Amino acid sequence: MSKDMTKPLLSVRGLTLDIPLARGTLHAVRGIDFDLYRGETLCIVGESGSGKSLTSLAVMGLLDKNIQRRAERMDFDGTELTRASNRQMRALRGDRIAMIFQEPMTSLNPAYTIGDQLIEALRLHRSVSRDTARARAVELLEKVGISAAASRLGQYPHQLSGGLRQRVVIAMALMCEPELIIADEPTTALDVTIQAQILRLLVDLTKEMDVAMILITHDLGVVARVADKVGVMYAGELVETGPAAEVFGKPMHPYTRGLLRCIPQPGMTERGGELGTIPGIVPSLIGAVQGCAFRTRCPHATEACGGEIPVRGEQSHRFLCVYADGARSVEGEPA
Amino acid sequence: MLPFILKRLGLAILVALTVSFISFSLLFLSGDPAAALAGETASGEDIEAVRVLYGFDRPMLVQYSEWLMRAVRGDFGESYYFKLPVASLIAERLSVTMILGACGISFALLTAVPLGVVAAIRPNSIVDRFALFLSVAGQAMPSFWFGLILIVVFGIKLGWLPPSGASSWRHFIMPTVVLGYYAMPAIMRLTRAGMLEVLNSDYIRTARAKGAGEGRVLFKHALRNAIIPVVSLAAVQMGFMLGGSIVVESVFALHGAGYLAWESIARNDLPTVQALILIFSMFYIVFTFLADVLNAWLDPRMRSS
Ligand SMILES: Nc1ncnc2c1ncn2[C@@H]1O[C@H](COP(=O)(O)OP(=O)(O)OP(=O)(O)O)[C@@H](O)[C@H]1O
Ligand code: SF4
Ligand SMILES: [Mg+2]
Repeated sequence: MSKDMTKPLLSVRGLTLDIPLARGTLHAVRGIDFDLYRGETLCIVGESGSGKSLTSLAVMGLLDKNIQRRAERMDFDGTELTRASNRQMRALRGDRIAMIFQEPMTSLNPAYTIGDQLIEALRLHRSVSRDTARARAVELLEKVGISAAASRLGQYPHQLSGGLRQRVVIAMALMCEPELIIADEPTTALDVTIQAQILRLLVDLTKEMDVAMILITHDLGVVARVADKVGVMYAGELVETGPAAEVFGKPMHPYTRGLLRCIPQPGMTERGGELGTIPGIVPSLIGAVQGCAFRTRCPHATEACGGEIPVRGEQSHRFLCVYADGARSVEGEPA
Repeated sequence: MLPFILKRLGLAILVALTVSFISFSLLFLSGDPAAALAGETASGEDIEAVRVLYGFDRPMLVQYSEWLMRAVRGDFGESYYFKLPVASLIAERLSVTMILGACGISFALLTAVPLGVVAAIRPNSIVDRFALFLSVAGQAMPSFWFGLILIVVFGIKLGWLPPSGASSWRHFIMPTVVLGYYAMPAIMRLTRAGMLEVLNSDYIRTARAKGAGEGRVLFKHALRNAIIPVVSLAAVQMGFMLGGSIVVESVFALHGAGYLAWESIARNDLPTVQALILIFSMFYIVFTFLADVLNAWLDPRMRSS
């Protein structure tokens, strides 16, 4: 396994997801580009329905069969995911790319002990004995802060609280020492008091084990604290991507600024600052979508916003807007 | 697990006692047993004599406990019709019914579960439609009619299988199909519905995200959960099948306990009917109890509740 640090671990270009519906085709994800390097944390934010979960499932190859996936490139460390066979995808899933879902209450199989499920995660990919796998399971349960780890192995999911279950899910994702973890709102379903603990744990462990992470969250406070990179999604597009400090320090897209205006600035951002609500409606993505999808809500929309929207900025910090400065000067901010 | 089993066992015994009391009272509900025994031409004194002779004049509870003690020891009295001990009469016939029941439920499960699974994996496919057709046809077609069709086609026209009797395993093929087909639709539909629901659940997505292959996802992760309600249903169906076996045994002239029940009702042979009701109910209770235990073993959430 070559660990080339100059090349991205995951490089996505032009990811497009179409869902045929009775009323027409839903263009749920429309040409997404991003790069993720080893050990980096990319936070994807965006309101409900913007396509965050679909994007992560597309990387995992776990989309529903009716969803059509296209991409110019989806390269994971030299493997082109769009051309990978089912077998190749299965070998990657859980081993080199792990996923943590939102619902800890239902994402563990109720019929098996957590020990069985942890051991399975390792033995699906490594030919190790059950005892070795069991030892690894205990080690990871301890790592995710579960006391009396060995005695927990025989317990069933229903015997654990939501927070404990999500710790188990995290331990399960780490069993094979993945290079990439995709966490789709891993704490949304938990008690507010536990959310911060679990997220801290996830971030600390990924840093400690040098795992890259795509973290999908609604919590901008979290993003400000943990992200190396930020991707802002709106109506199936990444309208702005860049290093966290830049996106927070100099947000270019009017939607990003709208989100950030609702909460204090980075560094000072409070815990649990939810995405602000911007008035207006999201256009339907069924049928042909033209121009900037944000123009129904954008304070700076002009006629040109209904046409082709250019990609602005440099490769590292990009945004989509007809204004070269994302209308910053119009808002009286330095361009 | 043990407290759960003990609780269920206690419940089962309670139900068994209630049922035994009901089947005991049958003797009295259906008229004066002394008059029935003494015959139509008997005088009032004769009937009284019979009443005292058989102990019908004593308190009901005393009679019940005596009857129960005897029943537990396998003594169900004497058949009014055959003038033979009911126990030996039934023992001879029960094995036929038990074989038929075991074959019937196995046939039902072996066809219904795989069909239900395939139908759920490929909803609206040819297999799914075929399964739906089979189950609709199975529910619309009375057992005796289906049995007669099989007899005409395979027993008489084609001559492949013996149309009636119980002297070889080949005699059991058609009755098994008819009896099993009776239980199949419900089991198939529950398997299909259960699999469809489970396959959409988060833990199946988790299993796939771990890199589990389709076979493992389907059988280890999905079917294991979807089968839990099917186990309970199969137990209930076994109970219904004992009833269904009355029809099937008479169509195929299999001289089993079901056929005996049918004849004994027609002959007003109360001790035999009583014993058969008791035995059939006990089977039903035992199946339900075993299904509960099996369920608890399959579903860890049941054990602790
Ligand atoms: N299997 C599917 N069939 C049809 N439409 C779907 C399917 N999955 C997702 N969608 C639609 O695609 C859009 C994007 O969904 P997605 O789940 O990616 O949103 P999200 O950004 O994760 O939202 P949330 O924050 O609520 O989780 C939504 O409009 C959703 O209704
Ligand atoms: S393209 Fe137009 S509508 Fe879209 S964000 Fe820029 S200014 Fe607003
Ligand atoms: Mg989502």
